Amino acid sequence: MNKPFDFSPACPAPVACQEVVELGHGGGGRLTHRLIDEIFRPAFASGPDDFTHDGAMLDLGGEGARLAFTTDSYVVQPLFFPGGDIGSLAVNGTVNDLAMCGAEPLCLSVALVIEEGLPIDDLHRIVESMRGAAASAGVRIVTGDTKVVERGRGDGLYVNTSGVGRIRARAAVRPQSVMCGDVVIVSGDVGRHGIAVMAVREGLGFESEIASDCAPLAQPVLSLIEAGVDTHCLRDLTRGGLATALIEIAETADAGIELDEAAIPVSDAVRGACEILGLDPFYVANEGRFVAFVPAAQAETALACLRRFDEGAALIGRVDGRARTRGVRLNTIGGARELDMLSGEQ
Amino acid sequence: MCLAVPGRLLDIDGDDALARQGRVAFGGIVKQANLAYVPEARPGDYVLVHAGFAIAVIDEREAARTLDFLATAGGSLEAGS
Amino acid sequence: MKHIDEWRSSTLACRYAQAVAQITTRPWSIMEICGGQTHSIVRYGIDRMLPSGVTLLHGPGCPVCVTPAGVIDAAIAMASRPGITFCSYGDMVRVPGERGSLLSASAHGADLRIVYSPLDALAIARKEPERNVVFLAIGFETTAPATAMAVLQAKREGIVNFFLLVSHVLVPPAIDAILSDPESRVQGFLAAGHVCTITGYAAYEVIARRHHVPIVVTGFEPVDLLQGVYLCIRQLESGSAMVENQYSRVVPREGNRGAQEAVAKVFVVQSQQWRGMGEIPASGLGLAPAYAQYDALARFGGRAIPPEHSGVCISAELLRGRKRPAQCPAFGTRCTPEHPLGATMVSSEGVCAAYYRYRRSEPTPADDKAGAAV
Repeated sequence: MNKPFDFSPACPAPVACQEVVELGHGGGGRLTHRLIDEIFRPAFASGPDDFTHDGAMLDLGGEGARLAFTTDSYVVQPLFFPGGDIGSLAVNGTVNDLAMCGAEPLCLSVALVIEEGLPIDDLHRIVESMRGAAASAGVRIVTGDTKVVERGRGDGLYVNTSGVGRIRARAAVRPQSVMCGDVVIVSGDVGRHGIAVMAVREGLGFESEIASDCAPLAQPVLSLIEAGVDTHCLRDLTRGGLATALIEIAETADAGIELDEAAIPVSDAVRGACEILGLDPFYVANEGRFVAFVPAAQAETALACLRRFDEGAALIGRVDGRARTRGVRLNTIGGARELDMLSGEQ
Repeated sequence: MCLAVPGRLLDIDGDDALARQGRVAFGGIVKQANLAYVPEARPGDYVLVHAGFAIAVIDEREAARTLDFLATAGGSLEAGS
Repeated sequence: MKHIDEWRSSTLACRYAQAVAQITTRPWSIMEICGGQTHSIVRYGIDRMLPSGVTLLHGPGCPVCVTPAGVIDAAIAMASRPGITFCSYGDMVRVPGERGSLLSASAHGADLRIVYSPLDALAIARKEPERNVVFLAIGFETTAPATAMAVLQAKREGIVNFFLLVSHVLVPPAIDAILSDPESRVQGFLAAGHVCTITGYAAYEVIARRHHVPIVVTGFEPVDLLQGVYLCIRQLESGSAMVENQYSRVVPREGNRGAQEAVAKVFVVQSQQWRGMGEIPASGLGLAPAYAQYDALARFGGRAIPPEHSGVCISAELLRGRKRPAQCPAFGTRCTPEHPLGATMVSSEGVCAAYYRYRRSEPTPADDKAGAAV
């Protein structure tokens, strides 16, 4: 019998003190929310519902005067990736945020912060791409601004787009409108954009090309509204992925959401990439995908509308009636487990 | 960190003992892996990849046998004893 | 995906769970030592599919978790020096040392690059000859061959700006240490399939005989784990204590010879500190004299790695399988993934991180609160 080793239990207990902004604060997870809750909301919000959805919904009074207003900045690297570039991403991202308010996008502003040394050809390509994306989405770019910063201070190009749209949904489209028994529908397979971007950065190849899912969502959303579907809540999936969007909605709506892991569509290439990179596809960034919360009775209608745009649209879960199950639970092999917000980036 | 993922070896590049590489397909995505530790691997084989290296070739027959273990070796259990 | 999906079959998993229930007549405690297995068990709820008498204990299977805090501190010091490009696996960058993590160092200006392979770090050294590139080489026996190959390539090409901060650990001495502890409740082991892919399992046969404990070499998908548990319990019920190989589609008894040779060439076995467990003789790897030029600690370190000291984190008890995260007073309150007090909460394969992510909001089972799991 060996003599036992002398164990000295050990673990230092440092306290993580965040006195500087970290990359994780931009990841869309817990740290980002902490920044919003502790710094932005106290300074800017005028009511508890402010800053809880993709855009602001403004009632300017008078007939047809409900407007949606939103803004977004784009700092993506690389500037060009399979399926798009920072320009098309920016236009579609803002168009989509307006669509998530149940609004018909009308016009955009574009502000560019350009790093000295960016090739003019690249700028041309990106601006052309924005023109094309705006035309496809049926919006006009009506105003803008340009700044140039010194070499080394700008990552090539930063883009900010702001947008205005006319609200077409009958009732307010937001988490607070979610009801028990609503079903959760996703407009297509998840995780493409994050993987497409990472693939370029990490030198991954593809057996068949995996395009990013960067695309405008206004038409699918308007088709739902025109078909009479009560879109209680819409949320486009961006950084933080499907899981983060649903967790945010569950928290704001104080609701319990149940998902079926087997029903969530994930393409083979995204699955493979996630396996080798150690990522969870439910938390990978998307562009051009959204979730819709609609009454169960309208599920078939809603799916039919969305499948005209993307065959991959699928019913992935439902809003649970019991109050004590607030949050998002995923049905998997050994039962159900709670989905948690990631703290920073994945 | 324990992450080792199975993928299909598509092709092999070079025969240098230390730097031999191949493209491996993981469900549709393709990544290079160093093949120095699997000299017996051939295109079409499934390999296990960890930290940029293929560390084993998967034995298809053993895989099938193990998967069927309950049905074959554990036959009496299936009958609900 | 082939060789993954079939091992995640819900139907097959349930059948194995039933088979386990049918052969189990007494309570048993089985330990696994593999971060990937811990993660899989908690994520898929494998432990909850087993009869209540079967307890799965999580051992020190996450190399991120057992890397000594002193190594993290040395890494941060190096990363913070101008002229050094510090490369690390993603999992390591949020692990806390005494004063912050690699990630916080990078927020303060350190040149930190996340890599998936030691070859990526070597590629950076080739591309940026004016930088000194240091790679944090951690991992079990599964990963040591990858580190070894990077060193062999560097030597062959005469690359002089590539260095390693080495903290590789070996599993069998840890198993031996755990089983030699008189308070140990472990009755059976699931050996990490990927470690055995490299080392083979002859060393485990010695341990099985010495301590009369069954050891099953196991993969880490749900069906693998349930099969592994089934085989282990089958032995326990019949009083046998041998090594069985559930992961036979990948693991040969002799392991991977080429990988073993590369490791034997580049490294020597030495004593090693395990965070939360103290020093275990002959349980780590250091660079062999012929490759001493690549030792980052010798070149940039200055001081030896100091011994561990205790704090509020109970990783020690967790890593030895004597307690569960829920029994830690700081779990989920003062210690969360955003404010981790110990490595087991930071690493994605750490036991606390797994429980926090997948089980936090559930009511704690009575046996978790009552004391040691068995």
